[in-house]
Amino acid sequence: MQTKLTRRGALLLATLTLAGAIGSGPATAATELVVYTALEADQIKAYKEGFEKQNPDITIKLVRDSTGIITARLLAEKANPQADVVWRVAATSLMLLDQEGMLDTYAPKGLEAVTANFRDPKSPPAWTGMDAWMATVAFNTVEAQKRNLPKPESWKDLAKPIYKGALVMPNPNSSGTGYLMVSSWLQLFGEAEGWKFMDALHDNMAVYTHSGSKPARMAATGEYPIGFSFEYRASSEKAKGAPIDLVFPKEGLGWDMEATAILKGSKRVEAARKLVDFSVSREANEFYAKNFAVVALPGVAKPLPHLPETIATMMIKNDFAWAAKNRERILKEWQTRYDGKSEPKS
Amino acid sequence: MIATAEPGMRRRRLGASRDDLIMRLGLGVGFLLLTLTVVAPLATLLVKAFQDRAGGFVGLANFLAYAESPALLRSLHHSLFVALLATAICVTLAFAFAWCLTRSCMPAKGLFRAVALVPILAPSLLPAISLVYLFGNQGLLKGLLFGASIYGPIGIVMGEVFWTFPHALIILLTAFATADQRLYEAAESLRAGRLRTFFAVTLPGVRYGLISAAFVVFTLVITDFGVPKVIGGHYNVLATDVYKQVIGQQNFQMGAVVGLILLVPAALAFVADRFAAGRQVALLGARSVPLAPKPSPAVDAAAALFCTAVAVVIVGIIAVAAFAASIKLWPYDLSFTLGHFDFDNVDGGGWGSYRNSLTLAGWSALLGSLFVFTLAFLVEKTRGLRWLGAATQLLALLPLAVPGIVLGLAYIFFFNAPANPLGAIYGTMAILVLNTIVHFYAVAHLTAITQLKQLDPEFETVAVSLKVPIWRSFLSVTLPVSLPTVFEIALYLFVNAMTTVSGVVFLYSPDTTLASVAVLNMDDAGDTAPAAAMALLIFTTSAAVRIVHTLVTRGLLARTQAWRRRITEAPREA
Repeated sequence: MQTKLTRRGALLLATLTLAGAIGSGPATAATELVVYTALEADQIKAYKEGFEKQNPDITIKLVRDSTGIITARLLAEKANPQADVVWRVAATSLMLLDQEGMLDTYAPKGLEAVTANFRDPKSPPAWTGMDAWMATVAFNTVEAQKRNLPKPESWKDLAKPIYKGALVMPNPNSSGTGYLMVSSWLQLFGEAEGWKFMDALHDNMAVYTHSGSKPARMAATGEYPIGFSFEYRASSEKAKGAPIDLVFPKEGLGWDMEATAILKGSKRVEAARKLVDFSVSREANEFYAKNFAVVALPGVAKPLPHLPETIATMMIKNDFAWAAKNRERILKEWQTRYDGKSEPKS
Repeated sequence: MIATAEPGMRRRRLGASRDDLIMRLGLGVGFLLLTLTVVAPLATLLVKAFQDRAGGFVGLANFLAYAESPALLRSLHHSLFVALLATAICVTLAFAFAWCLTRSCMPAKGLFRAVALVPILAPSLLPAISLVYLFGNQGLLKGLLFGASIYGPIGIVMGEVFWTFPHALIILLTAFATADQRLYEAAESLRAGRLRTFFAVTLPGVRYGLISAAFVVFTLVITDFGVPKVIGGHYNVLATDVYKQVIGQQNFQMGAVVGLILLVPAALAFVADRFAAGRQVALLGARSVPLAPKPSPAVDAAAALFCTAVAVVIVGIIAVAAFAASIKLWPYDLSFTLGHFDFDNVDGGGWGSYRNSLTLAGWSALLGSLFVFTLAFLVEKTRGLRWLGAATQLLALLPLAVPGIVLGLAYIFFFNAPANPLGAIYGTMAILVLNTIVHFYAVAHLTAITQLKQLDPEFETVAVSLKVPIWRSFLSVTLPVSLPTVFEIALYLFVNAMTTVSGVVFLYSPDTTLASVAVLNMDDAGDTAPAAAMALLIFTTSAAVRIVHTLVTRGLLARTQAWRRRITEAPREA
């Protein structure tokens, strides 16, 4: 009896310990910082390595997903936060978290050099911006020609019936890029007019995607000729050889900041602060400038291929406080209007 | 069970032996473990559906909130429509295919059979991705849809039929295999035509197999979310609703509500399937003569043609995935590249995810097969405590009625509860292994039981009279003799651990990202080509393991057969 029991017990124990050991990975003395991020997958490696090289005693454990998912997850974990740092997540989301009292304040080294509108006006700030990303339309010239679609010049153009079934945009509930578009249209056209515009747009929309990158990639393969995305993804798809043009609608481009903040209740505040220090440093800004045309430190940005040098002037005057405060209401309204109406379109 | 009934009664009169006590104890432990890993999580899920975010009891509020949104009825309607249509198509095709394999004399049956089982080795996302390349707006064969869109019910049904085809085929092959030659001879002597014979003899003979196949396919389709996620477009179904609620909005309570709704059709299918399985046995008579099909050039040619068509579609879909994974930029730059296998620049966790999947599959296969077989042995052979055996059997089959996505959600609730001492495994590889074994427990258990029923009960009787402890005869006789079955269970668990998405999508952590989930995440980000590459990698791995398994089993079978021959010859010599 004894044998059988211990055998079985040992087996179970072995299962749990062995599997547990696999799960926890190699043991190191380094501080492991849990970081939630909406950073693009193809940019992660350089940034992570850049920080870890400067701080060999800290390793970053990244949880990556789209902005909306990361925001929802942080809100859901409010009572028992798992993350130490939110890294490169939309400033509107961080403002929302700040309103919920979830962020710690910290003035990183070199804060004074950061452009004023790239940081929380509070002192010390709850979040600091890193770079801006903006709405950009990827327009597949080959498919457009096949379908006889004129090149759009404005957002209002895109709501015209000729583009029926030709558009893709990210779902603002999951995608930060999707939300900055919705928020910008409401700010540009006013609430009533803005929703009317989106109603017309919805009639043209073939599908709403999970991420902000996917519309540019769908436009790149011509799966749908026009994808609402952001400038980095559209230009990187063009650089890979996709037959797309980048369109910057003339009413102005919705945009948001990628920003960093420390979660209240983090047990590794020292390491977390080092990451925030790094995120405003000149070296980090040089990293950002490789991918983004507008960054937090003045004088670092440089022209990028496929993007006009005047892109910063096309950005709308964005009321971040409004966009953060009304985020939940707007998303709910969007959900009721467009997510319920779900018949497939050609 | 029947065979052991009589000695069991006699034993009880004599009092339970040491062996009996050990086995009962083992059975008890097995029962407790299953309770802990199946019943307790599901009970937690049930409770969560009646709570608000803070954990307060809110009665039916969550259900009412969901019922009020127009989304529910639409998704329910969509789910039922897609599942019924896919079931009808899949079972019809599988029925015809199984008929060709068992009742015709067409050539290359082994090859056709092997090809038909191929889809089981791929994650359900693979056919969905291939269908986008075939019938999407830039698809190779887009014209065949006559302007209809692949994004929606058409794509979902096509993808699901591909993915569930082998499941239906396996069940129907078994059903067709139990035919009685004498019935056909009788039909012939009564001068019944081929068609009449088909409806009067063939169809009734496999009716329970048909019911069973239909329910299995229906459950698989209604609970799968890989295919609708990739190719569903705007077409919401229940399974994607759960995912959206939980991952998209982190609304776990609402996820639990939809999960419970999803549990209903699956549970109904389970009950019906058990009923059908019970009836199937009664069809077999002791005097049945195995059917030997007669050659008929016309019929055989038609059969070969049909099977070739099905095989071409299956191979074609895999080939399209391979094509998608290895060209630069569809459809503008068709030059060859291996660049899409560089997973470190896309979502999903890179090559680490693939290694994690191998680890998960390896542990699930090793621990799962040993545990399943040992517990099945105890269920089958323990004397006394009949109720405990029956209860354990029920728990072992229960996972068949629980969709993976629901089980995964239940595991979050149960193992992530702050008060649960088992919470330490949350976020580790251990919970993924546990979840995978439990998710696929039922079929593994049934396989083990079938093998054990075929074993001669004399083994135990002899062991008892020789005073060999039961664990020793188990380790030195039962287990070695049943090794091919144990390997089969291990292979089943391995392949499913590699391909499953629904069970583990809620449970992985940054340290334990998985290849199958990576496919999903890459597709979400629009990285379709790397997604195809990863799906292909999963498929290739499963296929390779399966081939190795076949070779090993073949060698093993030869040896076990030799061993059996010696057993039967030995008494004669003595």
